[in-house]
Amino acid sequence: MGTQTANARSRNGHRPDGTLFAATDDAFAEPSADRDRDRAAAEGESNPVARLVNAIAGAVGSRVPVADLDERDPDYIRESLPAQWLLASLWFRGEVRGLGNIPEEGPVLLVGNHSGGNMSPDSLVFTLAFSTYFGVERRFHQLAHNLVLAMPGLGFLRKYGTVAASPENAERALRSGAAVLVYPGGDHEVHRPSWESGTIDFDGRRGFVRLALEHDVPIVPVVSIGGQETALFLNRGEGLSKLLGLDRLLRLKVLPISIAAPWGLNVGDMLGHIPLPAKITVEVLPAIDLREQFGPAPDVDEIYDHVTTTMQETLDALAAERRLPIIG
Amino acid sequence: MRVQAAIDIAAPPALVWDFVTDPARYLHFMNAITRWEVASERPRGCGARYRTLMRVGSAEVGGLVEIVEHDEPRDLAWTSVTGVDQRGRWRLRERADGARTHVELRLQYGVAGAGPLGWVAEQVAAPAVRENLRRSLRELKRQAEHEQARAAVAARRGAAQR
Repeated sequence: MGTQTANARSRNGHRPDGTLFAATDDAFAEPSADRDRDRAAAEGESNPVARLVNAIAGAVGSRVPVADLDERDPDYIRESLPAQWLLASLWFRGEVRGLGNIPEEGPVLLVGNHSGGNMSPDSLVFTLAFSTYFGVERRFHQLAHNLVLAMPGLGFLRKYGTVAASPENAERALRSGAAVLVYPGGDHEVHRPSWESGTIDFDGRRGFVRLALEHDVPIVPVVSIGGQETALFLNRGEGLSKLLGLDRLLRLKVLPISIAAPWGLNVGDMLGHIPLPAKITVEVLPAIDLREQFGPAPDVDEIYDHVTTTMQETLDALAAERRLPIIG
Repeated sequence: MRVQAAIDIAAPPALVWDFVTDPARYLHFMNAITRWEVASERPRGCGARYRTLMRVGSAEVGGLVEIVEHDEPRDLAWTSVTGVDQRGRWRLRERADGARTHVELRLQYGVAGAGPLGWVAEQVAAPAVRENLRRSLRELKRQAEHEQARAAVAARRGAAQR
């Protein structure tokens, strides 16, 4: 299984048995998940609920496309810029600062905090700003949860350069010289309660640091605010996810509960929601050259603390600028 | 989408021409322009290329442009090489009194293939772009007339000393 899984991962970032692996960079550092999944699969043969979840996992897994960086289509991105611009400018009143901090060329790891549930407007606003600032010709890939890529109607994301979050896909993208956007907090952070909007919460996931060190690329922190005001996020639903076995089969550790348009009470956010028109502000911080700043043999924990602390300070400053929720 | 703005400047065309052909001055007088960098060996003239960005709404929009017409001191036109489609033109015409210059700044922009939403985006962006052009011309007028006044004072002082 181990070899087979490794091969499958190197091919496309999802498993041939249909189960998914992680949304974000916890995929980079959780070997115990394989054991959990195997145990869950075994349980699935006797437990009808687990069988159902297994079947769903299989269906979803089979929809996750093979990762192919060439699916990114600059012409498609360019032609869709006006629509993105309308949404980002009129609905979210997006504001992106500090794009000049991103190195003009070469691979770079953009590390963002993630907000707004499955609709994540911060991604839209930042992707638009990146594409217009550097031009659609510059290679730019975003790592996303397998569920996002498997969802019907969202196949177009692959044309924007979105690939399943996996170490292999991230490495492949960086080796191609691309700028790569990762959200280490992933599903844990994006579904945090609205009253924790001003908190950077990567849940201790340090894979992004190891990735940057391994490929010797700079980290550029990207801090955003406003996404958590696009709905009233109440709870991550971690207990519910565990109860249903989603954490083991889909590595979906959350089943978020929110109040969101047009559903009212929204459990899971699987169908998305209509985000409230909260103002989204994004600030790009200066690039961090890890070996220049932390020496030839840097400590992963020290870098992680530095990145998250710097981002938290910026998020605090952005929060202090905001006068009213949604209005900005 | 085509937007344009015009203004009369109390300075000869040659002086205004110096402003509009000098890439180093663009960040100083062009409103909402956040980048105007030379991207070719030659900084001026036909074939010169610049990386340009203008803040419109939530994005900085622009790309690589190339000078395609350089008719001193009357017309300077550029067209986009990458980025959103754009054509721009400075049109300088000497007024009959010989002391003023009529300056027009034209900008055509869009994204080919963007469909109806592209058309809507162009319409929505037009007032902001037009206002950017107007403010740019007002600032150009202020700076050019200041330069003209400074040159006139220097000339008078030189004549008095002789």
